[in-house]
Order: sequence, then C-alpha cells, then structure tokens
Amino acid sequence: MIAGEPLDLRARPNWRSVKNIAMTVLMGLAVVAVVIPLVAVVWSVVSRGAGIVFSAFPDFFTAEIPVVSRRAGPGMGPAILGTLLVTAGATLIAVPLGILGAVFLHEYGGTSAFAKLVRFMATVMTGVPSIVMGLFVYLTWTLKFGYSAFGGALALACLMLPVVIGSTEQMLRLVPANLREAAYALGTSKSRTILTVVLPAALPGIVSGSLLAVARAAGETAPLLFAVGAATAYNPNLFSGANTALSMQIFGNATSSFVAAQDRAWGAAFTLMLLAFLVTLTARLLFTRRSS
Amino acid sequence: MQLDLRGRSAYGDRAFRWIAYGAGALVLLILGLIALVMADRARPVIGEMGIDFFSSKRWSAPDGLYGALPFIWGTLYTAAIAVAISVPVSLGVALFVTQVAPRWLKKPMVYLIDLLAVVPSVVFGLWGVLVLSHQFGLGRSFLTAGIILGIMITPIITSLSREVIETTPASEKEAALALGATRWEMIRASVLPHSKGGLVGAVMLGLGRAMGETIAAALVIGSALGQVTLNAFASGNSMPAVIANEWGEADDLHKSALIALAVTLFVITIAVNLIATAIVQRSMKRSRGKTP
Amino acid sequence: MIIEIAPPGTLNAPRPVRRATPPLEDTPVVFDVENAEVFYGSFRAVRGVTMKVHKNQITAFIGPSGCGKTTMLRAFNRMHDVIPGARVAGKLHYQGVDLYGPEVSATEVRRRIGMVFQKPNPFPKSIYDNVAFGPRVNGVKSRADLDVIVEKSLRSAALWDEVKDRLRNSALGMSGGQQQRLCIARTIAVQPDVVLMDEPCSALDPIATARIEELMRQLKSQFTIVIVTHNMQQAARVSDRTAFFTVELDSTNDQRCGILVEYDATAKIFSNPSDERTENYITGRFG
Repeated sequence: MIAGEPLDLRARPNWRSVKNIAMTVLMGLAVVAVVIPLVAVVWSVVSRGAGIVFSAFPDFFTAEIPVVSRRAGPGMGPAILGTLLVTAGATLIAVPLGILGAVFLHEYGGTSAFAKLVRFMATVMTGVPSIVMGLFVYLTWTLKFGYSAFGGALALACLMLPVVIGSTEQMLRLVPANLREAAYALGTSKSRTILTVVLPAALPGIVSGSLLAVARAAGETAPLLFAVGAATAYNPNLFSGANTALSMQIFGNATSSFVAAQDRAWGAAFTLMLLAFLVTLTARLLFTRRSS
Repeated sequence: MQLDLRGRSAYGDRAFRWIAYGAGALVLLILGLIALVMADRARPVIGEMGIDFFSSKRWSAPDGLYGALPFIWGTLYTAAIAVAISVPVSLGVALFVTQVAPRWLKKPMVYLIDLLAVVPSVVFGLWGVLVLSHQFGLGRSFLTAGIILGIMITPIITSLSREVIETTPASEKEAALALGATRWEMIRASVLPHSKGGLVGAVMLGLGRAMGETIAAALVIGSALGQVTLNAFASGNSMPAVIANEWGEADDLHKSALIALAVTLFVITIAVNLIATAIVQRSMKRSRGKTP
Repeated sequence: MIIEIAPPGTLNAPRPVRRATPPLEDTPVVFDVENAEVFYGSFRAVRGVTMKVHKNQITAFIGPSGCGKTTMLRAFNRMHDVIPGARVAGKLHYQGVDLYGPEVSATEVRRRIGMVFQKPNPFPKSIYDNVAFGPRVNGVKSRADLDVIVEKSLRSAALWDEVKDRLRNSALGMSGGQQQRLCIARTIAVQPDVVLMDEPCSALDPIATARIEELMRQLKSQFTIVIVTHNMQQAARVSDRTAFFTVELDSTNDQRCGILVEYDATAKIFSNPSDERTENYITGRFG
C-alpha cells in the first residue's frame, strides 16, 4: 500500500479491458449472427406458408396436388400422408433395431473386438450422406420392387439407425450399475433384467433421442427421391405404388417458376417445420440434455 | 434330497442375447452392402474413364465423357466457404454461452441454437432459392450455397464446441483469473489451448456434414458444368447436387457415373468424419485425464 | 447374551470368574467352505477361507478395509460372475451342492441366496412393484397372490405400517432407512434360504441402523443371514458367529491379499480370541 494514500481498487481504463469488452461484443455479435438466419428463415416460412395453409384451411391438408403445377390452388394432402407413412415406417424399423443394437453394445458386447467394430461402424454410418443411402436403397430395393413408400421408409431407417443406437447407448450408460446388481441378486436373468429394469429406467431418454431422429428423418429429401417416385394423388398403400412427401414437394416446387407452385412449396415448408418442431418439443419435454 | 440348482430354461435368455448380437451385426451388414453394391455399380464408368474420372473437367452425358473434377471441386469449395463462415460464428456463440452468458440465459440460448438444427434442410434450400438468391439477388453461386451450408452446420459445430469447452477444468480458469486476467485473457490462456484439439474435431465434423448435404446445395449452387474456379460468385456444381439433378434422365453409363460420384463423396465424407471423431475423442480423453 | 469387549492389554492377564455364556446350538450347515479363494484375473483377492455357516444364525464378517470380506460374501451368491476375469477356487458348497459346479445356474443360486447392498438400490418403480419384482420374475402372476406376498414381506421388514397407504408411490421418495428396509423386503419376498448383507447400515443414521439390527434378529428365525460389517460393535451386537479377516502381503506375488484369520462363536471372538491379530483388531490396536 502506498503510504498515506487510501486503497483504490476501482477498475482502471486500459487497453486490456478494452480488448476484453471488444471480444465480448464480438461474441455477442456471433450470437446475433446465429439468431438472424433462424429468425429470417422461420419468418419467411411462417409469413408466406401460414398464409397459404390457413387461407385454404383445411383444404391444404386434404386436397390433392394439382398435376399441372402452374395451376393455383391448395393441396398437399398426399404429401402429408406420404411423409407420415414414410416416417412412421422408418421409425418402426429403426427404433426397435436401434435399441437392440445399443443393448448389444452396452450390455453384451463389453470390450470385445466385435463390439468395438460395431460401435466404430455405427459412427461411420452416421456420416453417410443421405444421397448415398438413397442410391443404395434404389439399387437394392427399388430396382426389384419398384417405387413405394416402403422403399423410402427403408432408406430413412438406414439413416436413423446409427443415430438411435448412439443416443440409446448414451442413455443405457446413465442407468446405474447397482440397479442391475439388485435385479441379479434377486435371481433375474440378464435378458429379463434388461427388459424389466434397465430399459424402463432409460426409457424417457431413449424415447427423446428417438424422437429427435424422427424429426430429422421427416425432413430428409434425397433418399426419398430415389425410392419413392413421384406421385400427386393419394397413395395410402405403403408397399406399392409411387408416393410423395412434403420434403420432395418442397424440393420439386422450389425451382418452379410458377408462383402457384412456389406458394405450395411455402405451405408445405410451413407444415413440415411445424411437424418437426412439435416432435422436437415433445422430445425435449421428455428428457432435457444436461446442458450446464 | 439333493438340491437341484440347474435352473429352468435359459432359452429365452439366450435367444434375446442372439437377437441383440444380430442387431449389432446388422450395422456391419448394411455398411458392407452399401460398399459392395455401390462399388459394383460404379465399376463400369471407372472402366471407361479410368483415373480421368477424377481429373478430367469434362462432364458430358451425350458424349459419354465423365470427368468429376468440377463437382469434387464444387463440394470442397462450398464446404470450405461454409466452414469459413460458420467457424468464427460457432466459436463465438460457444464461448458466449459457456463463459459469458449468465446462468438464466444459458438454457434458452442452447434451445434456440438447437432449434436451428431442427429446421429441415430442404426448407433451408427453399429459403435459399426463393429469398437469398431471388429476393436478395445473390443468385446461384458457390457463395450462396456456402452461406446456406454455413447456417446449417453452425448448430452442430456450436454444440460440439460447447461440450469440449466445458471440459476445461475450473482450476485452470481460476488460476488465470486469480492472476488478474480479464475474461478474454483467461479464455485465451486456459480455455482455448485446452480445447484446441476438440474444436478442430468439431469443425471437421461440420465440414463432413457440409460436404454431404445434398438438397440445400442442389437448389442454390447453380448447376453449371465444368467450373473449377475460385470465383465465389460463379455458379458451379457439387457432387450431391449433380446426382440429384441428373438422375432422372440418366442412361446406364450415366447412372454408373453418378454412382461413382456418390462413392467418391462417401469416401471423402467418411474420411473427414473419422479423422474428426478421432481428434475429438482424443482431446476429450486427454482433458479428462488431466483433471487431478 | 451379553458380550464383553475386553479393554486393551487385559486379555491375557489373569482374571476373576468369567460370566458363563450359553453354548451355540449347532443347526444344520448351510455353507461348507474349504480353502476358498477369489481371483480377479491373476490377482488373488482373498484366500484361506475355511468355515461352516449354520442355518438360522447370523454370521458376521469383520476386518479392516481391503481384507476381502465383501469379496468373499459375493462369492456366496455368484455375484462375481458378472465381472469378466473373476474366478472362485476351492470348495464352496451350499446345502451339499457345489455352488460353482458345471451345471449350476447362477440365476437359480441367486433365487435362493439373496443380497442386500451397502447403498439402498430400490428400482425406480413403485413400492409395490419393487417388492413384487422378485415374485413376478419367479412366475407369480395372480394379483391376489402378489398382494399377499407384498404385505407379508413388508411386514417382515417392519415397513408395512409406514407404507401401506402409499404402495403405488415411487420407492425413491422414501428416506434412506426406509429404502433399505424396502430392499430387505424385496429380497425376502422371493423366500430365499439365505440373506447376504453387505454393510447394510453403513449409509444409514444410528436410529435407522438400530431398526435394521432389530429386524435382523427377527428375520433370523426364517432365514440364514451373513453380514459384512466394518462396525465391530454391530457384529458383537447381532451375530452368533464371527469371521475375522485381515490383509496380508502375499508372498507369492508381492501383492496384498485378504485372508481369514479366525472364525468362531461371537462370544469367543470378542472375549477370548485365539489369534493375536484378532485380538489386536478387536482391541483397536489397528484397523
């Protein structure tokens, strides 16, 4: 302490604190930079799409797609059905298999070389571009069985599978070991322990992770292009006949020069985004990731 | 009477075990099939073009000539632009959320950013085409595609970076602060050096995703042929975009060429993803090991 | 039965008239153990275990940490099976049958030999479903039957009156002591012959501990109990026989290994142990 002067601990303006403030401002700007496109996209979709959807409510959800695309007028009914069919089909295939795969990795595989290989390949699989999956399904399924919603479901299931495996395995890891011990000590077999103790304990997290995978699958376009074909009429048949989906319609109409087609694209985008948001919200409500 | 401890049927237990193993093997099966089937169908065009497939700039279906260089370039260039745009923003947001934002702000911010990830890619593409390129007059170019892709990969890089940054031990941060460092100086001294590896990995994962993204790119990149140029405002093409756009009317050799493109894309994307995952895992392991 | 713990240094001193302790009745042998050892890979964790555990008695394993008492306990219900590389050697017979025989199913063993753990681990289910879990696994399906079993087990665990109105509530909402009694109820619901307890009171407060000790004395008439405890006084209070383990440097591989030092009636162990190491531990010279 300087003799005779009272202690002064106030902040002193200097180059260092200026730099600190500048960087903080930059970081804040980054946040703004992220928020702007999000708001812009959502705004465009809502302002243009909601209008289309609600002006023709409920026709937009039920009417058929005009075959001649320059014709104005609503109709994304077949696409909505198609999206639901394909997504539901993919979920029914990918989620049970994904949960089983994660059970294998965490409960049975342990540190064996086989388990390490499977885990590695599942990681690789999450990186497969969606268009590659689409081509794969085309070559193996569509060529033999023709276009169908099921082919699309298969393609989406392949995309979802590694994601479900990864998130389920994470949830299984969170189940404490002493719960399993308690079950074993009661004379429960391993499979029964997994089915009646471990999976129920991890269930909210598993469902949440699966829902997130579903939301992403619903928005996929590329795999469907090669497996589902292009239809404009309703096709509730999962296994035969070409079909369509919201994502495909958006893609097709985006490049159209007809305003009517573009309008429908916005409407479809609004519907699809709403769907994705709802599913994601449900997932988050069920289980919030630990974000400290 | 001798006590019988042999137990009743363990068949159910064993059956479940086999099913779990089977699910794990399924992953290997699918990946193996993808590799085999695609490589097989790509062979014809490689037979025709040889190594020129990768080095020639001429892609002309009527002439039966397929040089993929412009598309490989387009994919890499747009991904590079996307990463260049996204990395500073993502890093800034990650730092802001972990170091600057008050606790009540953290969760909503994380939610907001994750919301970006939920918007389907095709909706981004639609917005890109009708708003960015039409309304804002940016036209179709590498730059437009790069911007869209950059927006799309930001949530991934941000959330991964966040996880890596949060593994910085509090003791290291406190050490810097205790020496009188400003927050930015503390970040530079403790957080960034500690997270370096993981951040690089996160960026590379974003890069992998940008390269594999089909639809958004396809809509705004321009679909011009033969452009290998650094002019970001020029229109060009990328591998997935070409596949999506030309598949409909392709003959057999053409299809084979498109499949070969898909295989190339597959290999590049997987390689980037694997390197990235290895880097992220190694840095997380190292950082966990350091904590006393 | 009153047991005196001798103050340090007095054990071998000449003493006046000793109070007579009643002899320990010898009920049938449940566990017949001879030279049992437990290995984790090539590391020998405990050795030299020879003992006979008797029916309807409480046997306590005591000793300093790392002496292998918990390891030995877990060998009794084949809990080591879930640890890769774990191995049990020597003779370990249960009611005349080799527990580790080739045809013996671990699941079957655990149906008859239950375990209560150190930290209460109820399932994240309702109180009812926790207790009913074991019987359901064993094939009891009828709701009426399960109701009877659940009530009987909860009564035996001295928990019924506290929870009878909230059987549907989650088990996780109970206090630590209640949860541990629930775990005991869950274990006895499957009607095992033996209940193994691994430091069941170490995570509980003294009042909860006293209730569980009282419970053990009541359960003795129905089950055989083996308890691991690091609390000597607890062993002295509740057990009929006591086994004292300690840690030794294993001459074969320079590693520390647990070993059974002495096994006898509790009264004898605590007043007149045969081995000096036991005496040192009892009188607090180490451990």
